[in-house]
Amino acid sequence: MRPDGPIIDIRGVYKRYGAVEVLKGIDLAVAPRELVFLIGPSGAGKSTLLRCCNRLEEPDDGSIWFDGVELLAAKTDINAMRRRIGMVFQSFNLYPHMTALGNVTLALRKVLKKSRSEADAIGLAVLERVGLAVKAKSYPNELSGGQQQRVAIARALALEPEMMLFDEPTSALDPELVGSVLAVMRDLRESGMTMLVVSHEMRFAREAADRIVFMDHGAILEQGPPEQLFTAASHERTRAFMAEVVR
Amino acid sequence: MQAIVQQFFNFGIMAKALPLVLTGLRTTLLICLVVIPLGLSGGVLVAAISLSRNAPFRRITRLLVDLFRALPPLVLLIMVYSGLPFIGIRLTPLAAVSIAFFLNNSSYYGEIFRAGIESVPSGQWEAARSTGLSATQTFLFVVLPQAVRNVLPDLVSNTIEVVKLTSLASVVSMPEMLYSADMARSLTFNASPIVLAAAIYLAILWPAVRLVSRLEHAVAR
Amino acid sequence: MERFVDTFFKPSILASTWPAIAKGMLVTIEIAVLVVITGLALGLALAVLRTLRNRLLDFVIIIFIDFFRAIPPLVAVLLIYFGLPNVGIKIPSFAVLWLVLSLVLAAFAEEIFWAGILSVRRGQWEAARSTGLGAGQTLAFVVLPQAIRLAVPPLTNRTIAIIKNTALGTVIGVPEIINNATTAVSFLGNATPLMMGAIAYLILFAPIVALGSFIERRFAWRR
Repeated sequence: MRPDGPIIDIRGVYKRYGAVEVLKGIDLAVAPRELVFLIGPSGAGKSTLLRCCNRLEEPDDGSIWFDGVELLAAKTDINAMRRRIGMVFQSFNLYPHMTALGNVTLALRKVLKKSRSEADAIGLAVLERVGLAVKAKSYPNELSGGQQQRVAIARALALEPEMMLFDEPTSALDPELVGSVLAVMRDLRESGMTMLVVSHEMRFAREAADRIVFMDHGAILEQGPPEQLFTAASHERTRAFMAEVVR
Repeated sequence: MQAIVQQFFNFGIMAKALPLVLTGLRTTLLICLVVIPLGLSGGVLVAAISLSRNAPFRRITRLLVDLFRALPPLVLLIMVYSGLPFIGIRLTPLAAVSIAFFLNNSSYYGEIFRAGIESVPSGQWEAARSTGLSATQTFLFVVLPQAVRNVLPDLVSNTIEVVKLTSLASVVSMPEMLYSADMARSLTFNASPIVLAAAIYLAILWPAVRLVSRLEHAVAR
Repeated sequence: MERFVDTFFKPSILASTWPAIAKGMLVTIEIAVLVVITGLALGLALAVLRTLRNRLLDFVIIIFIDFFRAIPPLVAVLLIYFGLPNVGIKIPSFAVLWLVLSLVLAAFAEEIFWAGILSVRRGQWEAARSTGLGAGQTLAFVVLPQAIRLAVPPLTNRTIAIIKNTALGTVIGVPEIINNATTAVSFLGNATPLMMGAIAYLILFAPIVALGSFIERRFAWRR
């Protein structure tokens, strides 16, 4: 299957928006089954970096290797690669004109060319996994924020990706709904999914992350196991940020 | 290809037709100057009536508005110009055009103003009335200005339609721009005068059309 | 009063002229249906082409739609009707009317569809693409279904307004309602056919407007 090595290997990625350098030469490798948390002040470039991983953003320089394939190369079939990397968005982005099941099975039918009955079976199974099989026929506007986000996770999971990207998955949720989404993320981690997460959920980071990466002004300042960053960070800025956030 | 240029882009014929077409343009602008303010005022009136508390009054107005929006403007014009003489009312082309377009435009502008007025939050009315302003004052100074700002793209868009509508006046022999151009065509057996008139219409309306697009995109965001 | 009825509602004329008016209604309906089909199809196709974001293509499309949104339809009708025969292309007046009105509807429809496409949130594109759907698939299954539903209200209004222009056919001899009516009026010296024509339009358009409202309520979608 895969030799021992990172699932995703980001090397020297640069990104500029006009005059502003949003990413200044990022090197980051995520090992299989790792849960890596990206933290940092807003504007640090965390979301941008995440979105480079499935090429929703195009870096200006550098390379990103996923399972031996250079994602940024011109001849790479990006649609095929995106099947293997799942993404969950802050604003869920469920298709409002389809039911939950429809949302989950669209790519199964159109990208993986599965028959409707096959796709529905897989869709129901993955909705069951996030605890929402009963809502399969509901439309997004009939679901709470937390339920919508869990459907969004199911939508990404249905394709059996090798890695999941989470872009502030709980930031748009009312506090009491956050727990249900984190529960699903915890469950994913238990089952061995590789996850790269941008989030402010520090308690979750502390308990579940294998590694926390602190970014500031477009560069990785520091990274390490949670306890290290929480209690013994080496950089002043890291300590200041952690102090603010943990409060 | 040569034939197409000869038939449609014969600059010699266009030059000869230009004075006639420009005279027609003057008439077109005259019609606009009459019809647009009439339509706008009629529209404000219709919208104001739609706010009235007198239900039968509202309903009759509503019916008339639907009636005049359902009839094609050309049909209305022909009825006014060719039909009224049968009961002894003989109108000049300009009068017929003015009446027919007033009825048609007031209905369309009325709908636009009505939507605009409904889009102004009721809190605005309440605030204004609570400071002692009368209903009419509130309508004119507080609500209408906001309503207009909300539906500006539609108002401009409809006004563009009205300018285009003036070309229908040619059907009742009013010597506006299309009529003049068509006359030049029949005298020369060449369509270039009409291309000339088309170019003048475009020169006037194209910037307006672009403006509407930009306004629409600004509102949509 | 009696004179009014005699002038506008003369029974003998009502009886003798209604076939002509009815034929006119059929012609009007025919043209309207054809215009709606070709105009909307072309408008949608042009809007989809604009999603390719090709500068040259965009430029050409914008020129086209600006032209047909700015020009008075009657001008275009006369231009084509009188101009083309002189360069050897003979098109029947029915076809000229259909062509011009289709192009005008396509121009307005394109703008409305395009506005609808632009209003679909970027997150929808991203979510679909992130699951591996291609650009075309995303457009077909995620974006267009939403864009078209957003386009329904302005589209129904605009379509109804444009198909009323079938009356312009009278200027170039298309045997639609008002043409047949005015012919009868000058033949009979009585205004009754004119009134019949007006009523024919109302009979035709009342259901169309109602259909429009129905379509709006059923398919439109305000976010």
